[in-house]
Amino acid sequence: MIRLFLIALGAGTLFGAGLAVSGMADPTRVRGFLDLGGRWDPTLAFVMAGAILPMAIAWLIQRRLATPLAASQFAVPATGKLDRPLIVGSILFGIGWGIAGLCPGPAIAGLALNPSAALVFVIAMVVGMTVHRSFNRSTA
Amino acid sequence: MMPDYAMPVQGLIGGLMIGLAAAVMLLGLGRIAGVSGLLARMMRISDSGPPLLLAGAFILGLPLGAFLVSQFVGPVVTRFPESSAVLIVGGLIVGFGTRLGSGCTSGHGVCGLSRLSKRSIVATACFMGAGFATVAVMNALGLGW
Repeated sequence: MIRLFLIALGAGTLFGAGLAVSGMADPTRVRGFLDLGGRWDPTLAFVMAGAILPMAIAWLIQRRLATPLAASQFAVPATGKLDRPLIVGSILFGIGWGIAGLCPGPAIAGLALNPSAALVFVIAMVVGMTVHRSFNRSTA
Repeated sequence: MMPDYAMPVQGLIGGLMIGLAAAVMLLGLGRIAGVSGLLARMMRISDSGPPLLLAGAFILGLPLGAFLVSQFVGPVVTRFPESSAVLIVGGLIVGFGTRLGSGCTSGHGVCGLSRLSKRSIVATACFMGAGFATVAVMNALGLGW
């Protein structure tokens, strides 16, 4: 379990470092990418390209592996079926992302860089997640 | 063509680090490096996902990695919105939306697009489109920051 913990911690640390190096820990820069009609900042497109490349290779390797290197099975989501929650939820997420310039990764990484502002956003985000859970339970 | 404030090289390098981190999660632990899902798991909001300890370890790493860069590489610019209302409204909608939509920029954007997942391609188009539209509307209303 210690080994798995260290792998997850290492991956999270590398991910957070990548956010900081890439400029994505800066909500103004992220919002600049979304500001097509203003002072458009293409940096986010380079980050996505850089991130997708190793991950695409990882998916090719994953197909040839029966199990992950340090765990008993792959737990990856299905890719096929489109449904209304996926679309409505993603549109809502995009609206919040545009409002604040923050998505979950940079917001959490920001706890180390701009703690007071990041904490306000992260707490609100957890509340939003909790609201979804109770909403889901009451309709299920 | 490239504006002088853009950071294509740092963007690519940081992006490679993010993709490599996601690859470690997939090939090492068999899990998607989706930040919204892992945060929900750590907070016991989600019933599915890796053990709480592993989700927590990944989430803990995010600020740790950013901190290490700011200490040992150089200053990290973080221009957050000054308005608490913007942070709170944005956070609430991002939290609700990422749960309803089963992912965010990392899970759908990085892990899903690289897999050519139909769900993630549609999700990414939706949140990118909504993000562009939201910023345009905010700017038109004088609410930009």
